Amino acid sequence: MGEKVLMKGTEAIGEAAIRANCQCFFGYPITPQTELAAYLAKQMPKLNRVFVQAESEVAAINMIYGAAGTGARVMTSSSSPGISLMSEGISYIAGAELPCLIINIVRGGPGLGSIQPAQSDYFQATKGGGHGDYNMPVYAPSSIQEMVDLIQDAFDVADLYRTPCMMMGDGMLGQMMEPVEFVLRTPRAVPEKDWAATGLHGRAKHNVINSLYLDPQDMENHNIHLQEKFRRIRENEARYELFECDRDNDLMIVAYGTTARICKNVIRDAERDGIRLGLVRPITLWPFPTEAFEQTIDRTHFGYLTVEMSAGQMVEDVRLAVNGRQPVAFYGRMGGMVPHPKDILERVKQMIYQGVK
Amino acid sequence: MTGQEIVFAGFGGQGILSMGKFLAFAGMEAGLNVSWLPSYGPEMRGGTANCSVILTENTIGSPVVTTPTTLVVMNRPSLDKFEPALVENGLLILDSDLVNRSPVRQDIEPVGIPAQSIAERLGNKKVANMVLLGALIKMTQVVPVETLLHAIQRHGKQQFYELNESAIVHGCDFSF
Repeated sequence: MGEKVLMKGTEAIGEAAIRANCQCFFGYPITPQTELAAYLAKQMPKLNRVFVQAESEVAAINMIYGAAGTGARVMTSSSSPGISLMSEGISYIAGAELPCLIINIVRGGPGLGSIQPAQSDYFQATKGGGHGDYNMPVYAPSSIQEMVDLIQDAFDVADLYRTPCMMMGDGMLGQMMEPVEFVLRTPRAVPEKDWAATGLHGRAKHNVINSLYLDPQDMENHNIHLQEKFRRIRENEARYELFECDRDNDLMIVAYGTTARICKNVIRDAERDGIRLGLVRPITLWPFPTEAFEQTIDRTHFGYLTVEMSAGQMVEDVRLAVNGRQPVAFYGRMGGMVPHPKDILERVKQMIYQGVK
Repeated sequence: MTGQEIVFAGFGGQGILSMGKFLAFAGMEAGLNVSWLPSYGPEMRGGTANCSVILTENTIGSPVVTTPTTLVVMNRPSLDKFEPALVENGLLILDSDLVNRSPVRQDIEPVGIPAQSIAERLGNKKVANMVLLGALIKMTQVVPVETLLHAIQRHGKQQFYELNESAIVHGCDFSF
């Protein structure tokens, strides 16, 4: 406590999960997140907690369903193709209202893709990778420290709303080492898990964990209940950071995760050229922090530039939040390429000096 | 001091990743912002290894080093790959026992060190990486040698500490 240690992102997530009292981990190896499973494989048994390397991602997410159903605090972890395999299970978990934390250390896609960092799973994470009307809170830290800090919060939000939560990093945050401090965070008050399937314990009726409602009216009622919950999450759990936004700026950059930290350097470099930039950094991708745009909409001269390691996914939510009041432009790299600060600054200059949208 | 963006490159097994790690630990102890990023991509499967290390007083954006201020190479393919990327007047430290060509560029500062021979004289070829690391901190002054040794004492294997220490000291001495 209180001492900084140098740790790899994936291993830091593992340590943070242990400290957040994660009881069970089920997963399957895939680059670039395997070190997370390896870390927990060593540490969990020492603490008498559960680590299982499942036979596949499909099995792992269903183990999560089962263990979460008993009320245990559970986590799984994978990278893009593995998350695709888990998506059916995630939909079931959302339908059955089971709390769990899913880590996605995103790599380039589509298909088996590359193993380098990417942000091209934004749609999958925020618009529902699985079927049905569901959403789940998605956290997108931009440093290993923030990753560690958000783990406890994500577990708490999962318990508070009985929902799966996802933490989305990328190959870079997963593989790099930087100093991190494990600060004890005060857990949020979460309700007793009186819904867990742990036996009758003297009650008259047993608890049922289920996502199947054959009567369409029952199914609609369940959906109404879920939507009410998603509305509460949207109202209460959106998070963002505004960087250099307490001033009038030439242009506002919108970026999250690894890209956001690169853009902070771009903002510093732009100052030298006499260009004032601000950064809107969503920390939750769902719920999307639309409030951040209300706060900055009148303080940007040329609008917003969204920067992503994708072909342009979050930019759609930025356009919805801005709703035509300012221009919204995009710059991105794909397939595992990391944007260079110089190229982002070049794009900024195009917008400002040549009016390229 | 000014910030350093360093690429270490060579074959797997030469201790490329660990020399980067020890420097990052030392940077952290010296109160700098640090990052360490290994190559984990297709290159790793081919037997070559490299890592990017940044030590700076500024906040670190991208941990990817595209234009290193200092480059340490322990084989010929790494020199071929990274020499063009080095900044103008950048420092190139190479193991002259292993790299059989001179750098092409005239606008950089090359330093050849027979690290294998020095390490062999010390009793173990495996510490050639530490000889080069010693030279690096002497030439860049990025962290004091005491800080590096302290970091190695804390984070390295105890049974190798004395050997590592003498390799680093020899690396420091060689370059001046």
